[in-house]
Amino acid sequence: MFKYLKQLTSLVAMVAVLFTFTTETMAAKKSKTLKNTQKKGFVRCGVSQGLPGFSNADAAGNWTGVDVDVCRAVAAAVLGDANKVKFTPLSAKERFTALTSGEIDILSRNTTWTLSRDADIGLTFVGVNFYDGQGFMVRKSSGITSVDQFKNGISACTNIGTTTELNMRDFFNSRGISYEPVAFEKADEVVAAYDAGRCDTYTTDKSGLAAQRTKMKNPDEHIVLPETISKEPLGPVVRQGDSVWEDIVRWSLNTMIEAEEYGITSANADSMKTSDNPQIKRLVGAEGEMGAAFGLDNEWNLRIIKQVGNYGESYKRNIADTGILPDRGPNELWTKGGILYVPPSR
Amino acid sequence: MNFKLKDLGPQLITVLAVVLVFGFFTYNAQVNMENRGIDFGYGFLSQESSFDVQFSLIEYDGSHSYFRAYLVGLLNTILVSVIGIILATILGVIVGIARLSPNYLINKFAAFYVEFFRNIPLLLQIFFWYFAALRALPLPQDAEPMFGISFLTIKGLFVPAFIWQNFNIFFYSIVAAIIAIIVIRIHAKKVQETQGKQTPVLLISIGLLLILPLLSFLIGGVRLEFEVPVLKQLATTSFIYEGGVSLPPELIALALSLSLYTATFIAECVRAGIQGVGKGQKEAAASIGLTPNQVLKLVIMPQALRIIIPPTTNQYLNLTKNSSLAAAIAYPDLVLVFAGTALMQTGKAIEIVSITMFTYLSLSISISILMNWYNKKIAIQEK
Repeated sequence: MFKYLKQLTSLVAMVAVLFTFTTETMAAKKSKTLKNTQKKGFVRCGVSQGLPGFSNADAAGNWTGVDVDVCRAVAAAVLGDANKVKFTPLSAKERFTALTSGEIDILSRNTTWTLSRDADIGLTFVGVNFYDGQGFMVRKSSGITSVDQFKNGISACTNIGTTTELNMRDFFNSRGISYEPVAFEKADEVVAAYDAGRCDTYTTDKSGLAAQRTKMKNPDEHIVLPETISKEPLGPVVRQGDSVWEDIVRWSLNTMIEAEEYGITSANADSMKTSDNPQIKRLVGAEGEMGAAFGLDNEWNLRIIKQVGNYGESYKRNIADTGILPDRGPNELWTKGGILYVPPSR
Repeated sequence: MNFKLKDLGPQLITVLAVVLVFGFFTYNAQVNMENRGIDFGYGFLSQESSFDVQFSLIEYDGSHSYFRAYLVGLLNTILVSVIGIILATILGVIVGIARLSPNYLINKFAAFYVEFFRNIPLLLQIFFWYFAALRALPLPQDAEPMFGISFLTIKGLFVPAFIWQNFNIFFYSIVAAIIAIIVIRIHAKKVQETQGKQTPVLLISIGLLLILPLLSFLIGGVRLEFEVPVLKQLATTSFIYEGGVSLPPELIALALSLSLYTATFIAECVRAGIQGVGKGQKEAAASIGLTPNQVLKLVIMPQALRIIIPPTTNQYLNLTKNSSLAAAIAYPDLVLVFAGTALMQTGKAIEIVSITMFTYLSLSISISILMNWYNKKIAIQEK
């Protein structure tokens, strides 16, 4: 009798262990960040304090920009509504702390992907939504047309807490030019000081220069020099340790880029469901089980395209039509001479 | 001391509560940092910083360590605080006395100044002075020379640099003058206490301070030359001054706004101190034949200072802490350089913020200790 009891107990224990194991993996599939986001009903997104074309709020508090669209895409995928995003404007200095401390769940704030940031501080970069490089802006009246004309004693206005400060030093040092770095905490003050004549040049990412130029008293008085002194791949960042959430953000961005590649737009997305191309059908949720691995339904990618649009639409709406950078340059699809190339959704 | 058991209980509970709360936060931070894969450690301080700083009192560039960058920021904070404290004290004392002036115009003007400047947020004033100055100041090429050797421009104040020969002899001559003045003062006090005779100490002091350094020039072989800043063209419309010493406009704007703001509070301390001395004191002093100057110097001020010093200490502390607003206008103080750029480049938020907090705490406590010592020195000696 006791012999059987002993066997029975061990059997129960084994079943219990097995059961715990299976429920554990099921729970692990559903990411903690995803669960919290769905419970709250909005995506918590960190953006800049105002960079036209990337993340900028209008007078009514509506955010627009290509960085903003990444967060909107995630909201469309996981919550079904691209407007369910709570934007938190952050300075360059605050951004990583806000993400690692859990105040926001996505940082989409023209942030450069570098080794030390990826490896050191508890962050994971999920992709690149804008290929940029650092440049210089000068007054047209200065007669400077190339960085080769920079001389000892030049003063350069910039932001603190960015890769810009480091690139600037590398650049001037390698050319043996002495310079005066004037570094402000917020971009608005950098622009105001440069505009007033405090500095001879203003340096930051070229997209930033183009965007900030529109804020100057007289934009036509300034030019961006042709040289690019660094690689600045800008992209969204998530906290380390939630790989499902990381995948959701990565593939939300990839979906937008791939949709452009296959000519799927917010206008024709629904009609693409009946396309003959299986790759297109997968991108609009008409074939395969593309959402299950994330714990999402099958039309998550269709919602992104319908509500936010593909990458080309987002670029046109935010950056080209606003006159910031009409030419897409490297941010064109690989099929059209650019370097935008994302892994396939399949 | 008289210890009672019933007093011990609440104190033990308080200590326990503090330890628990502190321990909870430390533990919490530790667990969270571990979960997010963030290392904790101060090793980064010896790494190469690889960023430059606009203005530094010690030799520094990006090839130096983060610790050196910390020192640069700290020294810049101390510099602007010291300048601010000196200017605020001078201005505060003048305005404080002016508020008590029987002259209607001076009185009302001082009152207006105090009410205006202390009621506008400091950050706004800093922005105002900085951007107003930037808009108002001329470009380097348009600047009119001041005294033929200095230039105040949008890129800063450019003044001549001193080039000394035998500077140490000049330095010793000043030290000698100061020692002589102290000896004379002690002697003069003794003479006054024993014989009632007054010595013109102030005149002798000024004389000594002028004559001894002058002698060092005439017979000590001290030479002083000026290196006057020279205009240099960078591009068609872009100029800068080379040579000499340049003070960035950020430093000037910050020191100006900090002292204008803090001076209003010091002025009120001074006014309160003087008004706090009983009217009878003044009348009594006058009745024994002291001149108005002597009344102020020997009777009113020693008593007023006791009232003025403690609240003024607070204002010094405020000014030092307020200097951290420098980050808004690019003055490279401790917060901008260390808690700003260095924090961003290393990602060591907890370490750097804790060091910065501890540094401000130490600065404030140092000022407190100094002022308390001075306060004790001038307090009433109970006999």
